Amino acid sequence: MSDIGFVRTEMLPEREPPASTTGALGWARANLFSNWFNSILTLASLYAIYAILSAILPWVFSPTWNGTSLNNCREILTAAGSVGDHGTSGACWGVIRERWIQLLFGFYPSELYWRPILAFVLLAVALAPVLFADKVPSKMLIFSGLYPFIFPWLLWGGTIWGPVAALGGFVIGWVVYSAASKTMSSLMGILLGAAAALVWWFVLSGYFVGALDSILPIGIEAVESRKFGGFMLSITIGVVAIACSLPLGIVLALGRQSDLMIVKYICVGFIEFIRGVPLITLLFVASTLLNIFMPPGTNFDIILRVLIMVTLFAAAYMAEVIRGGLAALPKGQYEGADSLGLNYWQAQRLIIMPQALKISIPGIVSTFIGVFKDTTLVSIIGLLDPLGLSNAIRADANWNGVVWELYGFIALLFFVFCFGMSRYSMYLERKLHTGHR
Amino acid sequence: MSELAIDREIDRSKMQVSDEVAIEITNMNKWYGAFHVLRDINLTVNQGERIVIAGPSGSGKSTLIRCLNALEEHQQGKIVVDGTELSNDLKNIDKIRSEVGMVFQHFNLFPHLTILENCTLAPIWVRKTPRKEAEETAMHFLEKVKIPEQALKYPGQLSGGQQQRVAIARSLCMRPRIMLFDEPTSALDPEMIKEVLDTMIELAEEGMTMLCVTHEMGFARQVANRVIFMDAGQIVEQNEPEEFFNNPQSERTKLFLSQILGH
Ligand SMILES: Nc1ncnc2c1ncn2[C@@H]1O[C@H](COP(=O)(O)OP(=O)(O)OP(=O)(O)O)[C@@H](O)[C@H]1O
Ligand SMILES: [Mg+2]
Repeated sequence: MSDIGFVRTEMLPEREPPASTTGALGWARANLFSNWFNSILTLASLYAIYAILSAILPWVFSPTWNGTSLNNCREILTAAGSVGDHGTSGACWGVIRERWIQLLFGFYPSELYWRPILAFVLLAVALAPVLFADKVPSKMLIFSGLYPFIFPWLLWGGTIWGPVAALGGFVIGWVVYSAASKTMSSLMGILLGAAAALVWWFVLSGYFVGALDSILPIGIEAVESRKFGGFMLSITIGVVAIACSLPLGIVLALGRQSDLMIVKYICVGFIEFIRGVPLITLLFVASTLLNIFMPPGTNFDIILRVLIMVTLFAAAYMAEVIRGGLAALPKGQYEGADSLGLNYWQAQRLIIMPQALKISIPGIVSTFIGVFKDTTLVSIIGLLDPLGLSNAIRADANWNGVVWELYGFIALLFFVFCFGMSRYSMYLERKLHTGHR
Repeated sequence: MSELAIDREIDRSKMQVSDEVAIEITNMNKWYGAFHVLRDINLTVNQGERIVIAGPSGSGKSTLIRCLNALEEHQQGKIVVDGTELSNDLKNIDKIRSEVGMVFQHFNLFPHLTILENCTLAPIWVRKTPRKEAEETAMHFLEKVKIPEQALKYPGQLSGGQQQRVAIARSLCMRPRIMLFDEPTSALDPEMIKEVLDTMIELAEEGMTMLCVTHEMGFARQVANRVIFMDAGQIVEQNEPEEFFNNPQSERTKLFLSQILGH
């Protein structure tokens, strides 16, 4: 290689790529009209889109926002001249204008709307450090930890000592656990701590709340569960079930893999039982059967019962999704953690779970979305979620016969939330992606 | 199996074998179900020894060294590592694991953590070292394996040889007294094998007690002070490398050597 015949002394300037490969025209040619078959498909699709939109859009943009009843809407439409083959054609949006507040809040007292609104704004604040850990200071997590006690208090109201007592149970459990695990094994510590907390919640805290309330009656107006309704109810059930089912699902998934036979079979039995039963059955059990087993006179709130059932249901599915993530981890990850001397819980928390959960994100979010949509089933046991309310609204003589508008509105609200969750999960997957393996 | 040339002088000044016993295995047996993998293993390793374990595939080499830090459980016999007997007591097991480093064929780095976090994780959580100090130690060892500039990358962004060197550094961050290597170069291309072997040689030159399962006979010849040959779950022969390669005693060793050295 001694006789180099050609040496470039000046670099050539960069040239624009030919127009046919860039820009809108290039894109269309490459993606829509690359051959005659694709061209036909493109044209057919365009026609289909046109046909659908030209049928729907005039219906959507109908001037009935101020209609006061279905008949009034029809009059407005007739006056505007939009009359088709089968009578007037156009949506009757008056029902949404009149009832949207109700669809959002149910029969919650209107002077107290600020409380659910505040609760959901604070929910966003509490979620921020969890969802966007890298953008929000982690000190905010303290608020996220306290939020589960603030949330029910804002919604249901009552004395402040209720949530304080609930929080106290965790503190007591923690203190007992710390004290016990110094002298005994950590498993004994967990059991004793849990026992202490349960005794506090179910036996002692009632007296504590009663006593403090008579000395220092601080509280806000209480709202009964049967006044809850609308989208507020859906979000409440959805958020609580989602928030509780993830940790519960993790515990169940780990329990299912445990070497301890009893723990393993309890977890397997629970998961398989719950997955084998339709949610609607569980909800009926919550609404009717549970009362039979309760001592007469106990008032076990219906929304609380539903929350427990939906949470258990979601947790069983969550456990299986997470088990899938665990199974996908190579054995080497466990061995790597073991060989460094990490103990079981450290290995789970630092090595296994972060990766298993990351793998399971699509499944977890699908379960979340499913749970959120399943909250509409509570209308069957008489709770007034948006679907339950829509039936009530159509029972009103003014709005008898309005279907599409109501369901469309409800569907839109659900879609916004579910689509949001789905986009977030994609964002999270991209953020957690750390190169190929 | 080619024999990779080690093209540098090896400094033997610190490669001192002391009288102190590092590992003692007596009459150890292990079964996988009904399959008898390890039979009557007796082995004493002194502090500062560099031992290479060789043998055909399936002979139980990995199983043997995995028993030493309780990644596998043995059913009979006694294993004492650094004065602590391996039993079912979890406290003992965690203690031994934190003092015995292990390097795997497939690196087993944690892909969701950066290189630096991989190296500081165990010191922080097991040894309770303050983060800052752990990071300094980690950087020290990353410099030693010659990849400090990769500290903030993720394992997935490194080459195989670099990943294996990170894995070695990760083990060293726990300041182990003994290092176990299970075919550390088998998943690597020749150039990368050399980087990793260089790192292992440096470690040997500092007097680390090492047990290596490897097919790198060049490494065995020049670095090891003892080569152990295993077949069918037994230790068939052990000797100094010179003797082992030039004057093998058993027929199986001769056969194995003729295959692996490609004569
Ligand atoms: N978890 C297991 N269950 C049952 N049998 C196993 C298990 N792991 C290994 N074995 C068997 O035990 C024997 C020894 O395996 P081991 O992995 O120790 O061999 P090795 O000497 O390391 O081989 P290689 O050079 O291929 O890595 C093999 O026959 C293998 O099939
Ligand atoms: Mg092996």
